[in-house]
Amino acid sequence: MTHWLIAPVVLPAMVAPFIILAARYHIGIQRVFSVVGVLVQIAIALGLALRTSDGTVLLYQLGDWAAPFGIVLVGDRLSTMLVLLTAVLSLFVLLYAIGSKWDERGRHFHVLFAFQIMGISGAFLTGDLFNLFVFFEVLLIASYGLMIHSGGNARLRAGVQYVLFNLLGSTLFLFALGAIYAETGTLNMADLAQRTQLIDPDASAGIRVAAVLLILVFAIKAAIVPLHFWLPSSYAEAPAPVAALFAIMTKVGGYAIIRVYTLVFPADLELTAGLHDVWLLPAALLSMAVGAVGVLAAKKLDRLVAFAVISSMGMVMIGVALFSEAGLAAALYYMIHSTLAAASLFLIVDLVRQSRGHVKLKTAAPVAGAALTAGVFMAAAIAMTGLPPLSGFVGKLMILQAALDGPLPVWTWALILVSSLVSVVGFARAGSTIFWKAQSVEVDETAEPAAPPATLSYVAVGGLLALLLALTGFAGRVYEYNTATAAQLYAPQPYIDTVMNTPGKLGRAGDAKADYDTDGKTGDETKTEGETH
Amino acid sequence: MEFLVASAIGILTAAGLYLVTRLRTFPVILGVSLLTYAVNVFLFASGRLTTQAPPILTDATTYTDPLPQALVLTAIVISFGMTAVIVMIALGAYLGTDDDHVDDVPAKQARKKGDAA
Repeated sequence: MTHWLIAPVVLPAMVAPFIILAARYHIGIQRVFSVVGVLVQIAIALGLALRTSDGTVLLYQLGDWAAPFGIVLVGDRLSTMLVLLTAVLSLFVLLYAIGSKWDERGRHFHVLFAFQIMGISGAFLTGDLFNLFVFFEVLLIASYGLMIHSGGNARLRAGVQYVLFNLLGSTLFLFALGAIYAETGTLNMADLAQRTQLIDPDASAGIRVAAVLLILVFAIKAAIVPLHFWLPSSYAEAPAPVAALFAIMTKVGGYAIIRVYTLVFPADLELTAGLHDVWLLPAALLSMAVGAVGVLAAKKLDRLVAFAVISSMGMVMIGVALFSEAGLAAALYYMIHSTLAAASLFLIVDLVRQSRGHVKLKTAAPVAGAALTAGVFMAAAIAMTGLPPLSGFVGKLMILQAALDGPLPVWTWALILVSSLVSVVGFARAGSTIFWKAQSVEVDETAEPAAPPATLSYVAVGGLLALLLALTGFAGRVYEYNTATAAQLYAPQPYIDTVMNTPGKLGRAGDAKADYDTDGKTGDETKTEGETH
Repeated sequence: MEFLVASAIGILTAAGLYLVTRLRTFPVILGVSLLTYAVNVFLFASGRLTTQAPPILTDATTYTDPLPQALVLTAIVISFGMTAVIVMIALGAYLGTDDDHVDDVPAKQARKKGDAA
């Protein structure tokens, strides 16, 4: 049992109260601790990702209570990769928030930021559905605070909608959990995976209701059409660094769908047969199409990016909804790509807002720093819309290739290609209106020229774009890793064995011993490795 | 008793959903509260209904499932905190804009406000 597995949850949980208690009135110290905390978080996440990269499943039993009774955290390739992605993303977002002084415009930015990272990392690592709910609430309550950070009436109004929608989602989540518990008597995901195999398919009414409720909840989080209504105004009104951090929040919903529908309700499970293939793929295609139309129709740049997020989340879900290893591997690649691309776009929107004062898609006079902003906007837009040579194109190719063997290949190909074209047009129109046509506008000499954005802001945006570039350059390596991840997700037996058979205070120690001797690697290795730390 | 609990959950949910569709912050918050009551009772009932039994395994014949009680306790705390947050945000939004609509302001009302100002 390695204690490092709980570090991504505990570290931000310690940093946040420390900042509140020790550095409440000193923004400089807050910044230092916040950045150092995120750097350490990256180091830990990197270590965990390296440890799990060979297929090891790490397990942490809280209070040493064994699995079906105790709470467990589980780290496999997928969860550690996403924890690492969260940590890396939050570093650049934090740098931007410091560079653009967003963190000074309201109280407790760094504290809420740390709690948000804690909630996201916990949601990725937990091996228990109820704790998934709890971590969802942790990340949501932090996001409520961040969402209305620095105030303003428009932001508060959008905040009310955002909070209410998520409250309803949480209530639905609890209904789903109650139904699952009533049907199976457990909420541990590995235990559930075993028990759903045992339920008689003829007595499936209750568990099917629970499975549908659960996918609805995750679809709300992932902003899949028609459950996306909360996203555009809340992402558009949120402060820029917050919106950029929120780029990972839709992926939490995507992660939950991947986890639950490969482990607990896999596609070949007779009990819930027909739930996956019928609904998820059309919903994903619809999200992508609606998002692309939204990109074309948006009148403001921030809305445009919000709809691009919906579109890219639809793209991820297409890969997931194929329910094949190739599809999932492509979806995971696209997930990393779209998180980074969306985050950089939200930051660039803020750069534009700083230099022009607004983000309406109208021509206005060029301002200081516009050339550089136009450059990064173009790069990020190319990535987001999936034009060559950046990673969006590679990811899209992977999903197209995987879709060939899936259901509805013609529809998938047609919709992906047409939506890409539509969003290319949308982004090109926005870019040319804001940056290109600026030359044709008479400059108002009397107006006070806006100060160009801080260098650190550009460093943050440039860092995200460099990551996108690296993702393109190492696409083969990343895809290999994701293929291994997908294979691990589709062969969940080692995961289940590790969770269920590692002995603890209340464990079935005798059974566990026998299991170690037979398959040697999984749980045993985890345990001995952990003790060396 | 099963009928009573089931209908209580049903009525609370129906009333909550009705209030949520009112689209003004006060009824919506009340509606969300009713929904959380409903879900708490539902969670509580998910461990099967037993009367006069402790949630501790003293003798193996009469006990009630302790886990739903723990779940409900967590859910109550969380929903209470969330309700407090939404009340504060809604109050801020109402005092700032003098308008308690949850959705975007209807055009008619926006015009009326323009006349008044």
